[in-house]
Amino acid sequence: MVQLDQLVEGQQLPAHTKEQVTKVQLVKYAGASGDFNPLHTDDAFAQKIGLPGVIAHGMLVMGFLGEYVNKLAGDVAIVKDFKMRFGAMTVPNDIITCQGVVKKIYEEDGKQIAVLELFAEKGPQQIVGSGEAILQF
Amino acid sequence: MELTHLVGKTSNLFIFQVDQRHIRQFAQAIGDTNPLYTDEQYAKTTVHGGIIAPPTFPVAISPDDNEEQFDLGLDYRRMLHGEQQFIYTRAIRPGDVLHCQLKVTDVYEREGKNGPMEFLVLDTEIADAAGNHVVTSRTNIIYRPLVAK
Repeated sequence: MVQLDQLVEGQQLPAHTKEQVTKVQLVKYAGASGDFNPLHTDDAFAQKIGLPGVIAHGMLVMGFLGEYVNKLAGDVAIVKDFKMRFGAMTVPNDIITCQGVVKKIYEEDGKQIAVLELFAEKGPQQIVGSGEAILQF
Repeated sequence: MELTHLVGKTSNLFIFQVDQRHIRQFAQAIGDTNPLYTDEQYAKTTVHGGIIAPPTFPVAISPDDNEEQFDLGLDYRRMLHGEQQFIYTRAIRPGDVLHCQLKVTDVYEREGKNGPMEFLVLDTEIADAAGNHVVTSRTNIIYRPLVAK
């Protein structure tokens, strides 16, 4: 567990590796999020538009980073702002690793703020999402 | 720019009720086992004081009735989800009755590899029953030219 009050700018945060993405997971995410675009659940449909098969919802990857952020926030910090830019496609069997670096630490209205730079990658140099979170504690 | 006329366009206001089961299913789909989303006793001991929804949960918020979907008349084949942002005043909690409205807040143009690309910023403003801001879900959509095959 990271001690938020001891973070320093430039510090690399412990990485978090997710279990392999599965097709069942994409079906579950479609149901939970309400995004039923067949691109994420129907291989035949995905192939018709030129892909080898289904691809993961971009928001599932952001969900992985969200999991990472609230893991770092622990029981003391609140997520004030969270954003992500989508990168390479994620497909079933990919293993996504979430990483972060402390970008900035400052105080505002008597509260500590930590700005974290975030990356989700499925292999070296294969970024599937990059973003930023602002934690308040 | 092709999309400029859409700036300021707003959807109907709709109400979305947040239930514990939906939060749990959403966290499970992500594979996020943080007890903050499922275990009230644990969540009470945290800064949140009770169960909250995962930070990306606002994407699951849409009108119950499909016919109420916000139609901007865009070509879905040209749309690409470029960026997503959540700007929080407070976390979403089970039992929340959220008042939601979509609005096109910006349209701009950037030079891309294959010529100019248009971007559309779509905000979902989410407030509680008393009208206090909870979260803004900001979706940045890239509107690409359709390439003839």
